[in-house]
Amino acid sequence: MDASHSNNNAVLHARGIGKTVKSGDSDLVILREIELEVMAREAVAIVGASGSGKSTLLAILAGLDTPSAGSVHIDGTDLFALDEDQRAELRGRTVGFVFQSFQLLPSLTALENVMLPLELAGRADAESEARQILARVELGERLGHYPRHLSGGEQQRVALARAFVVRPKLLLADEPTGSLDTESGDSVIELMFELNRSFGTTLVMVTHDEHLAARCARTVRLAGGKIVT
Amino acid sequence: MIRQAFRMLARDWRGGELRVLAAALVVAVASVTSVAFFADRVSRALVRDAHQLLGADLVLVSDHPWKTAISDELARRGLERADAITFISMSRAGEGDAARGQLAGVKAVSEKYPLRGKLRIAPAPNAPDAIANEGPQRGTVWIEERLITTLDAPVGSKLRLGSGTFEVAAVITLEPERSANFFNIAPRLIMNIADVQATQLVQTGSRVWYYLYAAGSGEAIAAFEAWAKLQLERGQRVENLENGRPEVRASIERAQRFLGLTALLAAILAGVAVALATRRFVERHLDGCAVMRCLGATQPRLLALYASEFLLLGIGACALGCAIGVAAQEGLAQVLGEVLRADLPPPSLLPAVQGFLVGLVLLLGFSLPPLVQLKNVPAVRVIRRESGAPKGGAIAAYAVGLATLAGLLVWQAGDVRLGAYVVGGFFAAVVGFAIVAWLGLRLVASAPLARRIGARNAALRYGLANLRRHSRGNAVQVASLALGLTAVLLLTFTRNDLVDAWRRSAPPDAPNRFLLGVQPDQLAPVRRFFSEHRIEVPDLYPMVRGRLTAVNGRKVSEADFSEERARRLVEREFNLSFTESAPAHNTISAGKWFAPDAREVSVEEGIAKTLGWSLGDELTFTVGSESFGARVTSFRKLRWDSMKVNFFVIAPPKLLAGFPASYISAFRLPPGNEKRMLELSARYPNLTVVDVGAAVRQAQGVIDQVINAVQFVFLFALGAGLLVLYSALVATEDERRREAAVMRVHGASRKQVTGSQGVEFLAMGLLAGILATIGAAAIGQLLARRVFELDLPLSPELWIAGPLAGVALLSLNAWLSARKVLRASPALILRDAV
Repeated sequence: MDASHSNNNAVLHARGIGKTVKSGDSDLVILREIELEVMAREAVAIVGASGSGKSTLLAILAGLDTPSAGSVHIDGTDLFALDEDQRAELRGRTVGFVFQSFQLLPSLTALENVMLPLELAGRADAESEARQILARVELGERLGHYPRHLSGGEQQRVALARAFVVRPKLLLADEPTGSLDTESGDSVIELMFELNRSFGTTLVMVTHDEHLAARCARTVRLAGGKIVT
Repeated sequence: MIRQAFRMLARDWRGGELRVLAAALVVAVASVTSVAFFADRVSRALVRDAHQLLGADLVLVSDHPWKTAISDELARRGLERADAITFISMSRAGEGDAARGQLAGVKAVSEKYPLRGKLRIAPAPNAPDAIANEGPQRGTVWIEERLITTLDAPVGSKLRLGSGTFEVAAVITLEPERSANFFNIAPRLIMNIADVQATQLVQTGSRVWYYLYAAGSGEAIAAFEAWAKLQLERGQRVENLENGRPEVRASIERAQRFLGLTALLAAILAGVAVALATRRFVERHLDGCAVMRCLGATQPRLLALYASEFLLLGIGACALGCAIGVAAQEGLAQVLGEVLRADLPPPSLLPAVQGFLVGLVLLLGFSLPPLVQLKNVPAVRVIRRESGAPKGGAIAAYAVGLATLAGLLVWQAGDVRLGAYVVGGFFAAVVGFAIVAWLGLRLVASAPLARRIGARNAALRYGLANLRRHSRGNAVQVASLALGLTAVLLLTFTRNDLVDAWRRSAPPDAPNRFLLGVQPDQLAPVRRFFSEHRIEVPDLYPMVRGRLTAVNGRKVSEADFSEERARRLVEREFNLSFTESAPAHNTISAGKWFAPDAREVSVEEGIAKTLGWSLGDELTFTVGSESFGARVTSFRKLRWDSMKVNFFVIAPPKLLAGFPASYISAFRLPPGNEKRMLELSARYPNLTVVDVGAAVRQAQGVIDQVINAVQFVFLFALGAGLLVLYSALVATEDERRREAAVMRVHGASRKQVTGSQGVEFLAMGLLAGILATIGAAAIGQLLARRVFELDLPLSPELWIAGPLAGVALLSLNAWLSARKVLRASPALILRDAV
């Protein structure tokens, strides 16, 4: 564990993140010199216009994509000193995800979708844990339903249950209300913040919704691949 | 891990993702095991019956009577001995209008026959049988049930054979050497050897085999065998357990190989279906895998999970396939029961193991490459969907599958060259189909005509644009469709054409009777008999049986030849004929017909080629104890399937005048004169009238059974072909649904959506249909020329049905797919697809 560069209380510490991709003959700079430190239990919103690089930043923070420069520490571990598989294991232990497009597995029921991360971790109590948390997101009656039989709001609540069921230290959310109407979006956000509080999770959320961003303790604004505020 | 794999299997099964895959495996394993189980039972039956097969420990066979020195030696060495004579003859029963005749395979045996194995008889058909401790009493015969039925000669009735009349004393239910009856045509009649004289059937020119059976201790038999081998004359041989009945084994092995190849076809097609189904599975699981990578699953773990899931599926499907295979081989044994005429032992476990291996090799060979790709899916796909599927290595990955399949095929075919042909031909077809389909689709889409039509109709324009845009994917789909359709067309149209062509190969006016064994002094009365009854007097050809002893003064022996046919020809007696002018149905292909008093012969060109004779060679023949020599001065070309009398060697009459001859004829008996032939054989008992029509019908019956058995296995191949078709059709279903939904979102009418998909499917269906027709016709021609050796006329039905089938199939698919798209709301489809 290499914790020397980060504050002891920082769950996430990104230093000097840059991302450049080849576009034809020229290099396209997507991110440059990003510095971000997120303390335990803090809620941070990353906002910016389309193309400002916020989704790429989130992918790098999650270790799903690799930066061209810089480093990311999650819970004191240097993400890019690990190989793909070690990063996957770290995610499984420490990080929860909520996506704009829910990313539920269509062939699995709501219950099975929530059980999945626990099963992958080899937990024997997968089913009881999943049932509990689904009851908590008020889907206790719809355990056997497939994603296609659930509304968008319900699907996102299943996704929240799946993200929190492993008690992650860090929750990364990518436009969690982007596919929802205002009403369902609001209720999902209420639920997310409530779970975040009660599980003591650190939250990093990408959004272009200023109202939503305002609910977070801190807002980081991206423009042209740089943090502007 | 295994529990997790089980859970994934249950979930994917519930989602319907694995059903085609499982069905393909079940079909492949069922088809391979049914044939393997059956082959296993037959070969174990052969081993089991090996002793009974011979009816003794050692059998000596000769085409002329055994000298007493041999039988004396048997007695001197204290060995048991039995004798038998076999020949084919007409058996008759009933009088006047009730008279019936049937060619029987006569076996005249001495009292002690058989020395090994059991002969069982019953007092009536279907009555309980018992072991016969000795052969039939003098004056009685035992006959097979088939003979009782055709002659209407029940036990207790009288039966005529040559000049003798016998009482039917029992029904034969089990005969030693019964395995030798595999594929036998004439029903068996067993009589006492002492009665043969009274029938007057054994005369010059008769085809008779003399058997000498010996039994005793292993050492004594081995010693006698060694001694006897030194005494053998031409036309005599020793049969023991090793060399006995090779022709029977050969026939069965040929049938098994044919069945095996059919099963193989099913296995290859199933492999294609597995590959297509797995590809679809992988495409549908890319998102899921990306999510699982996000949730902490490592690459090795993902691979292990999916591989375990597929392995579990494979084990289940193989077990089901084996179970179906066991049931199906029972069906095969039933269908071929008449031909085999032997009790088969229960199946062993080995074919099940083989079936499992085939199934697992097929599954892992074809599904692992795409599954390996699945683990490489980038996790970032969960955020940026356009990150898409892992790239590259598809062909390299499938190479593993192809190599496994190639190994499997070679193993199954048991022949590297044959396996290589099948594998090579198959993949050449796939690649050829794909290239032609790609070119064809691009051509259709970019032809000026298409553009002109497209300008007027938006649906057509989109359809044609889709064809161009998806040309690679569509080409793969067309190739797979063409492959499945080729199999289906081959197994329906072409197969029927082949069978018909084969049945037609005998001309309708061909002779339907053979008349054998007419002695010189019977020529005039026989001819008179025909003219008296107003039946066209047939041409009677003289026949002298002689043995080839030398060519150009050099002694000839079997050992000089490696080819089986050549060895057999040299070992046997030749049927020599004499006539002044060449028979009308023969044509001289080289040389000049001989002068009446020359010492020259004319030879059939095929036998000359087999035995390496050239014009000018001096042949020496031995007839009885005398020899004569003659020069080959012409070659003749014959049509063997004309059913006319043909001779390998024809000499001038003067040259053969001094030798014993009998006369032979082939003629067409007009319908309604069947009774006359019974009268003829009653008047001249030594004559044999063979109803070739009946013999052909009987042979046809046997062949029909074999065809039925092969068709039975064809069903599996057909099932696999249909699975390939289905997998190819659903392969692009998801993508088309999404495109159609987008079109509808942007205001396309239902008509436009169905129209644009319709155009695309129509072009693909037509192309697949044409390719499949060409494929089926080409394979049909290859089979006809190489395997069946006959001309297969081009079938207009195939050329109409093939393309139509392609169009109909894809139209139906277009309609079903459009219905699905139009029923669901575009929003739902798009939401599912996000």
